[in-house]
Amino acid sequence: MRYLDEYRDPALARRLLDEIHTTAIRPWTLMEVCGGQTHTIVRQGIDTLLPAGLRMIHGPGCPVCVTPLELIDKALAVAARPEVVFTSYGDMLRVPGTGTDLLALRARSCDVRVVYSPLDAVRLAERHPDRQVVFFAVGFETTAPANAMAVLRAHQLRLPNFSVLVSHVLVPPAMTALLDAPDRRVQGFLAAGHVCAVMGWTEYEPIAHRYQVPVVVTGFEPLDLLEGVLMAVRQLEAGHARVENQYARAVHRDGNVRAREAIRRVFRVCDRAWRGIGTIPDSGLALADEFARYDAETRFDVAGLTAREHPACIAGDILTGAREPTDCTAYGAACTPRTPLGAPMVSTEGTCAAYHSAGRAAGPFPVVLPAPVRSS
Amino acid sequence: MCLGIPGRIVATVDVAGLLMGTVDFDGLTREVCLAYVPDARVGNYVIVHVGFAISLVDEAEAHRTLEMLRSMGASLEAEL
Ligand code: SF4
Repeated sequence: MRYLDEYRDPALARRLLDEIHTTAIRPWTLMEVCGGQTHTIVRQGIDTLLPAGLRMIHGPGCPVCVTPLELIDKALAVAARPEVVFTSYGDMLRVPGTGTDLLALRARSCDVRVVYSPLDAVRLAERHPDRQVVFFAVGFETTAPANAMAVLRAHQLRLPNFSVLVSHVLVPPAMTALLDAPDRRVQGFLAAGHVCAVMGWTEYEPIAHRYQVPVVVTGFEPLDLLEGVLMAVRQLEAGHARVENQYARAVHRDGNVRAREAIRRVFRVCDRAWRGIGTIPDSGLALADEFARYDAETRFDVAGLTAREHPACIAGDILTGAREPTDCTAYGAACTPRTPLGAPMVSTEGTCAAYHSAGRAAGPFPVVLPAPVRSS
Repeated sequence: MCLGIPGRIVATVDVAGLLMGTVDFDGLTREVCLAYVPDARVGNYVIVHVGFAISLVDEAEAHRTLEMLRSMGASLEAEL
């Protein structure tokens, strides 16, 4: 397939790796923000092929992982109601709430359905005027335009039986929170290409400048990630801290203006709790007043629910790159993708799941660093 | 839900004011909302998230990047 096979060319990957080995003189720590990128990095073993001093740490960019436990509990409370058809992306069904998960509710014959797009949920509401159709609107800036369009569509069609349970999070405030942490370790970011496809990269410019960190907008294929790493390392070695765009085939400086407009119309910025991390100011989206009637939290009166995490789970440390999954005592034992204790083990984009599916053993992970391959 | 991969638009249709399309992901076709990429035409590649095209893939830019990577490798080899 075009633009997939070509960006997976192993010969070019080798060249890029060699160039990284030649360029990285001093030790550096880079963070890839997005869970999709984490998966490519871990599955392809990219992190193990980098020079010894160059570390990749994994960021909080998995939408399933950062959805707070209390939101999962709210989803469960709404989905348990007999008049409700609860709709969600498949990944969200297995995320454990305090007592159960959406999949178990479905087994108990609650009407929980997996949809591919929020527009499918709107269509269900059209088809079933006697039911209340609720869509679990989670994710980063990438899914926000889709959810905004679903609300606009329901509004246009005057559907009284459609609502959304919103838990949107925004990337730049999370990056700022990581950089403000007293034990800050990130020296450069690979910013998620798809977030930037929507939002552009202007929001990263003040961050790069203020914290003196390079930010490289990066795609998702192995070549993208390697080139992103190379661009970040080149900046670090040269003492630069700019925003650069590796993913020029899909990302423009201003992002997708129409998508941004829809987000701005339907949502407003709010403080948001991140699972395992806590509340980050101005880091989320909630429905704007004009669309407040589509808010499932008020429609089903679950706004007051609170919840506590499993004590063994160190998801907060995993999501901020402070520790690795293999540092967790539950990893691979009490916590596996079949029996997840915390969110990073559930989603295919979660760091714990990425490590587990790549077969990384518990305990300190032995990093094997091959010498750079030179053709001479 | 976040691993957007490029797909090729094979058809477009207006559904009550909403621009929709059929997108081919390497043999697997899916219905995709094209409202955010109104300039998209049949034959274009788009990056799709949760049923929405969020970006048109710029083919010239895609090739430019690959060419740059190839020439970078070549100049490296010439140096060694
Ligand atoms: S391995 Fe399981 S329990 Fe440990 S941090 Fe990851 S999700 Fe939480």
